[in-house]
Amino acid sequence: MAPTDELPEAPAHVLDARLRLNRGGFALDVDLRVRPGEILALLGPNGAGKSSALRALAGLLPLTGGHVRVDGRDQTAAPVERRPVGMVFQDYLLFPHMSALDNVAFGPRCQGLSRSEARERAAGLLAHMGLSEHLRSRPGGLSGGQAQRVALARALAVRPRLLLLDEPMAALDASTRIDVRARLRHLLEEFDGATVLVTHDPLDAMVLADRVAVVENGGMVQQGPPSEVARRPRTAYVARLVGLNLFRGTAEGTTVTLEADGPGGPARVEAHEAHHGPALAAFPPRAVALYPRRPHGSPRNVWRLRVEGIERFGDQVRVHLAGRPSLAADISPAALAELGLTRGDEVWAGVKAAEVECYPG
Amino acid sequence: MTPEHTPAPAPPRGRAPRTLRARPGRPPWVLLLPALLGAAFLVLPLAGLLVRAPWSTMGGRLTEPEVLSALWLSLSTATAATALSLLLGVPLAWLLARTDFPGRRLVRALVTVPLVIPPVVGGVALLLVLGRNGLLGRYLDAWFGITLPFTPAAVVLAQVFVAMPFLVISVEGALRGADRRYEEAAATLGAGRVTVFARVTLPLVLPGIGAGAVLCWARALGEFGATITFAGNFPGTTQTMPLAVYVAMQHDPEAAIVLSLVLLLVCLAVLATLRERWTNA
Repeated sequence: MAPTDELPEAPAHVLDARLRLNRGGFALDVDLRVRPGEILALLGPNGAGKSSALRALAGLLPLTGGHVRVDGRDQTAAPVERRPVGMVFQDYLLFPHMSALDNVAFGPRCQGLSRSEARERAAGLLAHMGLSEHLRSRPGGLSGGQAQRVALARALAVRPRLLLLDEPMAALDASTRIDVRARLRHLLEEFDGATVLVTHDPLDAMVLADRVAVVENGGMVQQGPPSEVARRPRTAYVARLVGLNLFRGTAEGTTVTLEADGPGGPARVEAHEAHHGPALAAFPPRAVALYPRRPHGSPRNVWRLRVEGIERFGDQVRVHLAGRPSLAADISPAALAELGLTRGDEVWAGVKAAEVECYPG
Repeated sequence: MTPEHTPAPAPPRGRAPRTLRARPGRPPWVLLLPALLGAAFLVLPLAGLLVRAPWSTMGGRLTEPEVLSALWLSLSTATAATALSLLLGVPLAWLLARTDFPGRRLVRALVTVPLVIPPVVGGVALLLVLGRNGLLGRYLDAWFGITLPFTPAAVVLAQVFVAMPFLVISVEGALRGADRRYEEAAATLGAGRVTVFARVTLPLVLPGIGAGAVLCWARALGEFGATITFAGNFPGTTQTMPLAVYVAMQHDPEAAIVLSLVLLLVCLAVLATLRERWTNA
């Protein structure tokens, strides 16, 4: 690289990458920086390029442009087998003809350790993951959660600086996910290098990661701590993922004037924080109350809207409302029965200003 | 959903599934008749061998030194040919399946040529290249004093020529069918290409290699045309079982039957023992 690069002091980021990929109508351009011990989740819809980003970091996919630096060392052109990277694949890809122990010992063997040294390291890692009783098991005989831990042990056995996990929860059935996810988070916390994981499930991203980066259409649309992303989504996709009504508009004090979406002029949303200029306003569907007549008193946001659809949502009922603005409201089945709503009905919706998050857009 | 809630009284157990299940129906005659004819055509000649076999003199004929030496030569050369095919054919299959070099399609087509050309033609071609005055053979003779034609080594080469394509095709198919992501996983763990091949790829396609080796061995055991052209027909050195059967047929048909039966038995025995392990994988 250019001689002006200031490298010598210990880099603050383990991973510093600019990934540019261009393949037949699909383009990806993202910047990734991950600190020691930090877990970054790439969250995005299927086909957004998350997995390609991960494969590019591992060296399995050549970059069209950009760079990959790990601990300040350029790895952009390094072959897969030389990169200080450990990877947990989507279906774990444990070698079916080897025991759990030999799967984990495979990497250390490739790094030149003797058979007994490699097995010792592998046995230590597997014991740490609570798998001492499964050293001799073939991958076919392991449960999903156990296979995941073997895969993690195998990736960590090469002592990587960068740990990559591709949809680590996708191969598990729903009933085991909660436990496995919590356990994985615990194990990932001990790793002192950089961790990048890819998922399409917001819950995985929120629980497993310290920081969430949302990738959409080949670019990064938002990144921040999980709580921040969950509270203040920046795109419709993220808002839907985290279950919020999101509106884009212009703030003038505590009033956000929404971008006009239909005849009759723009709608307004009252928030509790004051801003000026382009802003986003978000509130959860459960903050919306529905009234048969125009309510008086507390709610500062009141709109007359039309019922577009009604569906079950957990133990609530989600009512999709169209108008200015269009939004979703979660009400109890009892409230629905009382209102007697059906598709096409007009109803009053109210949201307290205190429930509305307003932030620069 | 449960039977208790079905309004109509449940039919007696055992009869119900038969009436409810869609019946597959009788296979149509247009398909059944040729199928049976085909099966009969394949099985009857083998039955004929058994019927016409001189069972009374079988014991004595089997232990004749000529029979034994031909059998031994056949088994040893077919095995050697299979070993050589594995040694050369598996890497060749890997090259065809896993790399992309210019002319790969052409090489692939050429490799399968021995499958379709008459083996006699293959024998002539081998003679032209490796014969004493052949393109390469003359240098082998001049520089190393090696003469291949009409030796057991020639038998092996003739068999490799006709049988290796079976192995290559089979292994290449297995390699293409294998999940390459395992190889990627191995690479991320620091394995170079040779390690990936030896410790991941090879074990994953072992069933395919086994199936290919069985095919290859069977084809080598039955080799006739290329062998008689390139290696000749000398009892004890190059006269394999198929050649011995052919020769016996000229003057002693009963001996030919015995030899054929032995060959058939050997093939069946090998297929039966290996089938479970390889071809069903």
